[in-house]
Amino acid sequence: MDRLVLRQAWAFVFREWHLTRRYFSWVVVFMFYSLVSSATVALIGVAAQDFRLTLNLVLGVLLWSFLSCMFSDIANSISYERWEGTLEYTFMAPVSRLVHLFGISLYAIFYAAILGIVIVFGLTLFMPLSFAGANLPGLLLVLVVGSMAFAGLGLMAAILPVMSPEHGAQATNIFQGVLLLISGVYYPVKVLPHWLQPFSTFSPATYALSASRKLIGVDNPLSTPTKLVSSPIREAIPELLILMVMGLVLIPLGLWVFNQAETWAKRTGKLKRTG
Amino acid sequence: MSVSRPAIFVRDMKKVFRTRAGFMRSHVTEEWALKGVSFEVGEGETYGMLGPNGSGKSTLVRVLSTLLIPDAGETQIFGYKLPGEERKIRQVIGRVSVDAAFYKKLSPRENLLYAAQLYGISRSDAEPRALDILERLEIEKRRFNDSLEEMSRGMQQKIAIARAILINPPLLLLDEPTTGLDPKSRRDVQSFIEDVRRERGTTILLTTHDMAEAERLCERIGFLARGRLVVEGTAADLKNGYDNLEEAFIKITGEKFHDNEADEDG
Repeated sequence: MDRLVLRQAWAFVFREWHLTRRYFSWVVVFMFYSLVSSATVALIGVAAQDFRLTLNLVLGVLLWSFLSCMFSDIANSISYERWEGTLEYTFMAPVSRLVHLFGISLYAIFYAAILGIVIVFGLTLFMPLSFAGANLPGLLLVLVVGSMAFAGLGLMAAILPVMSPEHGAQATNIFQGVLLLISGVYYPVKVLPHWLQPFSTFSPATYALSASRKLIGVDNPLSTPTKLVSSPIREAIPELLILMVMGLVLIPLGLWVFNQAETWAKRTGKLKRTG
Repeated sequence: MSVSRPAIFVRDMKKVFRTRAGFMRSHVTEEWALKGVSFEVGEGETYGMLGPNGSGKSTLVRVLSTLLIPDAGETQIFGYKLPGEERKIRQVIGRVSVDAAFYKKLSPRENLLYAAQLYGISRSDAEPRALDILERLEIEKRRFNDSLEEMSRGMQQKIAIARAILINPPLLLLDEPTTGLDPKSRRDVQSFIEDVRRERGTTILLTTHDMAEAERLCERIGFLARGRLVVEGTAADLKNGYDNLEEAFIKITGEKFHDNEADEDG
């Protein structure tokens, strides 16, 4: 990557960082809400006095907080620009859409990671949490590989506000809600209605969760509340491979779809602030 | 008039917007924003496009800014074709629109440095340049780190101009840059536009409602009405036989002017 491309990608990180700084009180509110809602979900496991259920729920809230925050930041980046009225200026800058969305994704991953860390530490205020014995480097790998697939999905969802200034942002939230429903974040996919279960195979979160559960050792009968018995990374290779393929397909596909939507918007005049 | 080496070359540009309505969105209505506009702007020239609301001025500027794809015609900017060579064109244009579109929570410094980096300019190079431009636009240095939402419309518009100038573009597209400004801010902006043109040789396409502004800043002026360029020439040519430019416009185009209204829909 040459210096120009890096500088252009960094421009988006620079912008997002200063927006985070300037909206800091909202960032605190959002993080507090995420933490509290994560705790209320995880406490269901504590109430049932079932450490496996608790760990499953903790894993679900952590993974979903990270992936959905990243997805949402990428998918809503266009909506934010519409609200601010800056979309036309971004689109008329000599920046390729790949570099534009790379810059957005870079900051989204950073921000989602901070949120994940806040939630982990916050949850320790509500319940005893021990990851002793968990394969944490493996879990990190799942997050990195899963991020690629979610970034691709985010790019595809980002076209919605390009195509519809009025309803695009709402549609993005519906898309995110469907992902949460079908991926088995807090429950096994098999509890979903039969007609809905096949859709879970299309969600990267399904594989990220499955791999994470193995690497934490939550379903291993030998795991105890104080010592988890995790699987080695090789047992998560099928899920990691699927996630990698999804990332390799979804990112270029997301970019292609985005470019098509942008061209359509420029033909029909939909880029304008008020549509 | 044909200019020797056009910075902007537009031949028979057309743009139509289609709206779908009714059952299954089957009813399509067409609104022609540009009905075959042709003109040229020479390098270093300031060309004024005068027209009332809805005449097509903003649509024209959006096409030249690569934000709209024209439906017909031939368009070139410094020889680069549109559509086709958008990336090259984006490197040579700066645009100011009637609404100062910024991240209002961010400061002028943050907005300007962000814009500079998009164009590949380092923050260390951009910061003194931005300060210099803002100083010349009579914005105090101490406001550089204030949030933009705390600033008046005039100040915001001056910062929008600074953003366009910061990248030192050979072509400036100014879409009603002084609409809604107080007289002092208006004069500041007009003087700055004159300075930019004189010092940097920047080519400027200016759309405006303001006849006096067009006369002061533009070497040639075109009258745009209902999507057509009705006539073009120097202010003196256009006024020939009329009391002033406004009368000339009304008589020649048959249109009336609604001054001081933004033309973001045009």
